[in-house]
Amino acid sequence: MGKKKTPAINSSSTADIAFLLLCYFLMTTTMGTQTGLQRRLPPMPDKNQPEQQQKINRRNIIIVRINSNDRILAGSEPIDISQLTDKVKESLSNPANDPNLPEKEPKEIEGFGTYDVSKGVISLQNDRGTSYRAYIAVQNEIVRAINELRDDFSYNHFGKKFSALDEAKQKIVKEAVPQNISEAEPKEVKK
Amino acid sequence: MSKFGGSNSKKEVPAVTSSSLSDIVFMLLFFFMVTTQLRETENKVQIKLPEATEVVKLERKDLASYVNIGPPTRALQATFGTEARIQLNDSFKTIEDIRDFIAAEREAKSEGDRPLMTTVIKADSDVRMGIITDVKQELRRCSALRILYQSRKAE
Repeated sequence: MGKKKTPAINSSSTADIAFLLLCYFLMTTTMGTQTGLQRRLPPMPDKNQPEQQQKINRRNIIIVRINSNDRILAGSEPIDISQLTDKVKESLSNPANDPNLPEKEPKEIEGFGTYDVSKGVISLQNDRGTSYRAYIAVQNEIVRAINELRDDFSYNHFGKKFSALDEAKQKIVKEAVPQNISEAEPKEVKK
Repeated sequence: MSKFGGSNSKKEVPAVTSSSLSDIVFMLLFFFMVTTQLRETENKVQIKLPEATEVVKLERKDLASYVNIGPPTRALQATFGTEARIQLNDSFKTIEDIRDFIAAEREAKSEGDRPLMTTVIKADSDVRMGIITDVKQELRRCSALRILYQSRKAE
């Protein structure tokens, strides 16, 4: 009598329960990582403080304008989006020390030594009628230019791609090739 | 050949055990639970993200607050028109509401995480920059300076 086996619990329905749960999670969740272009907005200017940023030398500002028809102006000349990366790269690296292009200033970088860091600032200005697609495309080209410059620097000094470097070296590269993108103030935007 | 019941052909074929089926499904379940996140809000605006090649990943998803900008969905166009609108949480909002929204988001996060908060601007690629500039100005006023223009990775 004691030897009689207890009957096993029928487990064929656990699969169904698990399937139900699975379906629930499939319906209510989103997959994939979110990607995008990271930016830092400038802080709102303090009313009590006089504006100091106007002191930037004119040659150091690379103005990129997008008008309401999504046409791009770099400096004062119209330019196609495919040429923008090269234009920005040329301005920021300034290999021939052209007096019209942004100047370079020797700067002490910790753990590396002195390096001529470009003082160029890219000022991105847009119209209220510019489409978001064009704006992102231009942002993307500028980031691409800076990423390519960083890659060049990494190859020349460390023999590796920027993304393959360790954190300390990445910091050095970031300091040598800074990402100075200024998003214009609204007074310029209105124009 | 008689070894496998050839002499007794009436013997029933044993059923395939389905007890491991639930284990497999549970594994699938756990996979999806770990790799996905709960959808918090219902989309009220149509968003077709712009494409970019130099995208970076959003690092802390839990610290992101989303500002959706785009034309209302088909079903809502009868009431709200086709003009681009801002959606915060679950409803249409105006520029002025961003301040409260950011304050509420900030309140919900712990003290140490607040500087790392990112505002994700999720806008349709056909939206005009005017509305986005307004949003950016409002974010600057609230000192929510870390932003991310959400875009798809183009190959």
